Formats: sequence, structure tokens, C-alpha cells
Amino acid sequence: MNTNNWMRKFWWKAMAIVLMLFTIVMGMLATVPTLPILNETIRNLYYHVPMWFGMTLLLLIGMIYSIRFLRSGKMDHDILAAAFTKAGVLFGICGITTGMVWAQFTWGVFWNNDPKENAAAVGLLLYFAYFVLRNSIDDLDKRARVSAVANIIFYFIFIPVIFIVPRLTDSLHPGNGGNPGFNAYDLDSNMRMVFYPAIIGWTLLGAWIATLIARVEILNREFHFSLNNFSRE
Amino acid sequence: MNFSRSVWFLIKKDLLIEWRQRYAFNGILLYLASVVFLIYVSFIELNPEMWLTLFWIVMLFTSVNAVAKSFLQEGRARWLYYYSIASPYAIIVAKMIYNLLLMLILCIVGLIIYSLVLGNPLIHPYYFFLVVILGSFSFSLTFTLMSAIASKAGNSAMIMPILSFPIIVPVLLLLVKLSFEALYIGALEWPIKDFLLLISLDVVMLILAMLLFPFLWRD
Repeated sequence: MNTNNWMRKFWWKAMAIVLMLFTIVMGMLATVPTLPILNETIRNLYYHVPMWFGMTLLLLIGMIYSIRFLRSGKMDHDILAAAFTKAGVLFGICGITTGMVWAQFTWGVFWNNDPKENAAAVGLLLYFAYFVLRNSIDDLDKRARVSAVANIIFYFIFIPVIFIVPRLTDSLHPGNGGNPGFNAYDLDSNMRMVFYPAIIGWTLLGAWIATLIARVEILNREFHFSLNNFSRE
Repeated sequence: MNFSRSVWFLIKKDLLIEWRQRYAFNGILLYLASVVFLIYVSFIELNPEMWLTLFWIVMLFTSVNAVAKSFLQEGRARWLYYYSIASPYAIIVAKMIYNLLLMLILCIVGLIIYSLVLGNPLIHPYYFFLVVILGSFSFSLTFTLMSAIASKAGNSAMIMPILSFPIIVPVLLLLVKLSFEALYIGALEWPIKDFLLLISLDVVMLILAMLLFPFLWRD
């Protein structure tokens, strides 16, 4: 492999590593504004909030691959769609866990019947159902087609669930019900310096995980395919 | 055959099948009555908020069961025949309209049984009736599409509820919020914004169904 090609494939992974190191080090060490109740838990902004950005973006990429699969019928598109959705769900699980730990230290309970927590849980249930549906179909062609249709529908339901439903009621969550949200922290340029790189870094990391999942799946299929051919000979 | 004529024939065909196998519809009605009775014996008395919420839960379970069979009861060979004589759009629209009729009957009968057994705390019954009709509209749209997907999967009896329950949550939350309005004493305040939100969710579901159903049936 020549250097040029290698660079082209690797630059965004290098960027993910650098940004993640920056996020972890600066997220723990940089100065943050001292606010009542929140105190040092405000640092969760660098680890919890990017999870939701990352999840929404990864699921969006998965949905786009599902559309591309329906248009092209290429199996690789289906594998990529499933891989990006898997990575998105992984981010969702991390997001809900970091949120629960944060809630324990600020609201006093892990689960506070907060509309955002509930919406996130519903979103995860949707995508778990997607995987159960996917695995319940044995025929690879049919599995790809049905799960692509389901993935597109779920994305268009997932977005109203996480963006509209929490706005129907009041919430303790920062940014809702009179609590300071992003805008209050935006005044602090120190936090912004870490927050934006954190979003990009986490999302790149998620995309990296997704491509790894897809590559393993493609190798698996090739392996089984060659095994089948071998046994026939 | 043009579009509206084939939709009409498909609905007529479904109604005929339903009439010939009355046990399926009677079974759903009995299911509804049993669940309502179960609620009655376990609660005896309900406060108005719980009355409303439980009504929607009962309707949710009943409609998932009622609609689930819409793509399952007919065999593969017969589907192949339908697809060769009608467009996929006609098939999904016909199924949706048929399920809407089914849901309307179920919701009205359900409301009657429910209020007979558990009393009726509503201040604005006509308003609530409107919300119930809107609710059956949303339920039939969403569950028809979900049953089309579930019918393609193995073990569809289990897949149908796990696909349907999370997907109906925003609709259910809106319906419960809208119907709470029917409990408040005094003049009715129309929550126009929530109505529009509910209708726009229905429109999204309808568009998705029309765009994606043609991909589902190709076997």
C-alpha cells in the first residue's frame, strides 16, 4: 500500500485519536465554571452530550445506507447500515448510562421519570426491536430488504421521539423548564474549546467502530461463503 | 383496473373474509371485554386520570392484536395473486382503510363496554369521542405498516408488539395528553398544537408507508 493511499484512509482515524486524547485530558483538567448543584459534574457535557450527537449522526448514516441499499440492492450497503446502527445504539447505551450516573449525583436518583430519559429509553427500545427483527429473518436478501424498510421508518419516528416528546412537559434536564442549558455555558469559551472537539472526536470514533463492525461482518460472510464452496467440492 | 376501483374491491374482499370468519372479530371483542373485566375486578374504582390512561392501554393492546393478523391470515399464494392484479399502493391503502373501519368499530364498542363497567368520569364526552376517533386513525395507520413488516419476519406474533409498542409511544403520549382535556371542569380549551402534532405524525406515517411498502412485498 503506498503512502498516499494510506494517508487518505488513516487521516480521520488519527484525528479521532488526537481529539479523543484532547477531550479526555482537557475534559478532566481544564477549568470549568463553578455552578451550584452542578459543580464538577458539568464535565459530563464532554462525555454525555456528544453521545447523543454521535448517536443521532450514526443512526442518520445508517438510515442513508438503508436508502442506498433499497436503491442499489448492494449487500455491502446493508452491512454498513446495520453496522452504523449498531454503533449508534452503542452510543445510545453509553449516553443513557452517563446520564443516569449524572442524574444520581445531581437529582439524587438514577431514574427520575425525566422526559428526556424516557424518550432516550424509547429510542433504544425501537432500535433493539430493529435488531430482533433483523435476526429473526434467515434469508439474507429478505433480511436486508425488510430491515432497511424498518430502519428508515424507525429513524423518522426516533427523531420526533427525542426532539418533540420531551418538549411536551417540563423537565429537570438542563435546557428545559427554566434550567440553564447550552446557552448559559456557551458564555464560557473554555468549555466550548473542549465541547466542540469532543463532539467531532466521539462521532469519528463511532464511525471508526462502525466500519470495523462492517469489515468483520463482510469477512465473516466471505468466510462462510468459501466454506460452503469448499464443502461442495 | 384503476386505483380507486381496486382499493374498493380489496376492501370488499377483506370485509367478506371477515364476515365469513366471524370468530376472529368476535374473538377480539371478547378479548376487549375480558381485559376490561380484569381491570374492573382488580381495581373496582378508578380515579379519572387512571380511567383515561387505562382506556388507552386497553385500546393499544386490543388494536395490536386486531391489526396484527391483517397481513398474516392469507397464505403466500393468495398474496402473489393480489400483487399480480393490483398495485402495492392499492393494497396498502385498502388495508389501511379496512383497518381504520375495524379500529373505529373496536374503539366505539370498547368505549361503550369500558364506560358501562367502569363508569364515566368525562366532563366533555363529545370532545373525548373526537380524540378516540383520531386515536383509532393513528393506531390503524401505524399498526398496518408494522404488521406488514412483522409478517415478513419469523415468529411474527412476537415481533408485532415489540415493533409496535415503542413506535406508538409518541402517539400514545399525545392522545393521553389530549384526552386529559376532557376531564377539566369548565369551558373546553382546544389544544390545537397537540392536534396538529398528532396529525403530522399520521401524515409522516402515511408517506413512509406509501414510499416503503413497494419494497416490502417483493419476494
